[in-house]
Amino acid sequence: MFEAVLWISVTFISLAMIGLIYRVIKGPTVADRVVALDAIGISLVSVIALVSIVLETSAFLDIILLIGILAFIGTVAFSKFLEKGVIMEYDRDGNR
Amino acid sequence: MTEMEIVKFFAGLFILLGAFLSLVTAFGLIRLPDVYTRNHAASKSATMGVMLVLLGTFLYFWLIEHHFNSRLLLGVVFIFLTSPVAGHLIARAAYNSGVKLSDRTVQDDLAKARKKLEAEGHSK
Repeated sequence: MFEAVLWISVTFISLAMIGLIYRVIKGPTVADRVVALDAIGISLVSVIALVSIVLETSAFLDIILLIGILAFIGTVAFSKFLEKGVIMEYDRDGNR
Repeated sequence: MTEMEIVKFFAGLFILLGAFLSLVTAFGLIRLPDVYTRNHAASKSATMGVMLVLLGTFLYFWLIEHHFNSRLLLGVVFIFLTSPVAGHLIARAAYNSGVKLSDRTVQDDLAKARKKLEAEGHSK
């Protein structure tokens, strides 16, 4: 029973990721693609949690934090780049 | 029902709800008309979905495998903190880089406020 619930959940999340990949490919603007990529990163976290239940190991659970941090930093860098054209600013006043 | 079955029922319920919310996220991202509404779908239901899945996983590892995994709780807290921030940043970047709102949008208060500021002579 519990196994069946796990596989149904993995199927749901995989379908969700396919829909998000459609939005990454088609998305009219760059911001659409960044939103969809962020959501893919978040979905990947739940896939990893389910895989570690299925394989009955806790070795993958560190990767959850890693992927969460990478998705967040990627989104922040992309939004800075979209807004200002640079990721790191050089002057220290911040008023380009 | 034994204790194990009750724990498995609740863990499975949380995980299934979380997976369903992920599906709702994808549906919202495909169907909604412009970046801002899609961003709303992504940053709310995806956060809730992944938090429910991680909570179910945490309950399973704690009560079935007797392994209190604090990293899962840390992941829940971290995603709860960072996902709204990421959504806000990307929406602001989209607005400032000139992405149009959809045709069905009723009001745009930020554009009104900016026009008023420019009329008063402030730069930007």
